[in-house]
Amino acid sequence: MIEYTPKNIKTWARLGSCGAFGIAATEIPEEDDNVVMLTSDLLYYSGLERFKNKYPDRLYNMGIAEQNMVGVAAGMAKEGLNPFATTYATFATTRCCDQVRVNMGYMKLGIKLVGLTSGLSVGILGATHMSIEDMAIMRSIPNITILSPADCTETIKATIAAAKHKGPVYLRLTGVMGNPVVYKQDYDYQIGKAITLKEGTDISIIATGTMVYYALEASKELENKGISCKVVDMHTIKPLDKKSIKDACDGKLIVTLEEHSIIGGLGSAVAEVLAGCKKRPPQLIIGIADEYKHAGSYEYLLQKYGLTTTQIVNKINNKYSEVR
Amino acid sequence: MNHDRLLEKCKAVSHQMRKDSLKMSLRTGAVGAHLGGGLSMIEIMAVLYTAILKYDLKEPENEERDRFILSKGHGVLALYTALNQAGFIPDEDLDSFKSNETYLYGHPSMDIKKGIEFSSGSLGQGLSLGVGTALALRHKKNETSRIYVLLGDGECDEGSVWEAAASAAHYKLSNLIAIIDENELQYDGPTHEVLSMGSFSQKFESFGWDAINVDGHSLKSLYDAFTQIREKPLAVIAHTIKGKGISFMENKREWHHSRLSQKQYEVAIQELEEKK
Repeated sequence: MIEYTPKNIKTWARLGSCGAFGIAATEIPEEDDNVVMLTSDLLYYSGLERFKNKYPDRLYNMGIAEQNMVGVAAGMAKEGLNPFATTYATFATTRCCDQVRVNMGYMKLGIKLVGLTSGLSVGILGATHMSIEDMAIMRSIPNITILSPADCTETIKATIAAAKHKGPVYLRLTGVMGNPVVYKQDYDYQIGKAITLKEGTDISIIATGTMVYYALEASKELENKGISCKVVDMHTIKPLDKKSIKDACDGKLIVTLEEHSIIGGLGSAVAEVLAGCKKRPPQLIIGIADEYKHAGSYEYLLQKYGLTTTQIVNKINNKYSEVR
Repeated sequence: MNHDRLLEKCKAVSHQMRKDSLKMSLRTGAVGAHLGGGLSMIEIMAVLYTAILKYDLKEPENEERDRFILSKGHGVLALYTALNQAGFIPDEDLDSFKSNETYLYGHPSMDIKKGIEFSSGSLGQGLSLGVGTALALRHKKNETSRIYVLLGDGECDEGSVWEAAASAAHYKLSNLIAIIDENELQYDGPTHEVLSMGSFSQKFESFGWDAINVDGHSLKSLYDAFTQIREKPLAVIAHTIKGKGISFMENKREWHHSRLSQKQYEVAIQELEEKK
């Protein structure tokens, strides 16, 4: 039984999104006889050691063979099992993209594909392990629900929600161990329903994944400058909560903030909605520039791509000066 | 039904499947169809659907059924005609093959009520689906159903086939049977010229499977291969002829996917009737 106590929330944050996923995953079999976990030689990295110890016959290590893992998960899903397939986000979405497209998109088989360490978190390993394209790829494939939790508390919520969801899901996990906490207590989480964390009138910042915390931090600094900011946690990238985007049109600027390429992710998804709105403010898309930078630590890369709080505040402030 | 009568029935079924495949191809007009690789697997499909597979027309999703997965998705002529012979697809629906609005696409689209377990068309994926199905049946304690996956030899160029092969042996999936339709000809030419894969039986054996080589047009050999009980996953390497049964198509690269003229159709049907 998951309890959203301050102590647990702190522990999950310390473990990071992979660890939090593993904790949530281990709870699922209590309610679901059909849940199974697959991994491609990333059992420990996926936080599934505890799951394996408790449910050894429900853990399938498929070796370093992601294409086969997704195909096997598809076969299991069709037979009524509830398979989670875990690997690095970039391999989950690019290495076996065709298996994902055919099995999850075309056949709508209920695989829960878990993309570990998405974004820049393992950037020191080089661009092979960064994942800045996964939302763009997954968003363009029909029928797949895309979840992008803001912190480890929401990772727990999203994992459990994914297990209960009937269709295919891509769960995008971002951040490192010691992820900052956005949600300090239990709250209502529903797939497809964005959460307004803070009301404001001048600017709406719509953020996803790790960048939700940065949006909150940036909004504090902007408030100090006398700019009122609304902050929205867009934890579901598909289906997108269009109403929450339309509701954000009242201010003078909409900002989207994501640890993902500026092409094809949250910024693009929001722009696609805004394009059809009669009255809409300009949109500032903040994310990862369309380039692979020199490898480096997470903090180094956030700085290089202009995603620290100060850099975000400056970008928003500059744009706001232009449009207000 | 005794053994000889069963094989007689397989023979009649395969004859009708070939005729229907030609008719379906003719109807597609200029669009054409995957004739070569469809005709090479007719006997395999005839034996499976006439004598081997457990299926339930009234309850297509019956848990106890055997699962058939067409990994070489372009082999639809043999799949649809076999499902027609089995009673899943009515005669008139065969006429709609490749027309707009039909469910009989150029590659199979998942429709369990029609006996189509999975969509396919993108090569190299079916064996993974078979492994997943086999593991799920084990999880559900279904110890009776078997899973048959039919692959093309050209398809085995795909690395994912060998990922799946390794996992099937690793998980000791004795209820899984892979059938390789080895007609030795792929889109661009003879398989050994396009990409040499060597011996499939040796390859599967080295991955921890049992493997047997059979004449893929011998109904008896196929039947005997499919009825063996094994403790390991089994690869049945079916040596076949692309375009089998129609002499002007046999072993011709051009008939991998082609249109069939009225004249060619008549010549082909006449040949089939003479050989019957």
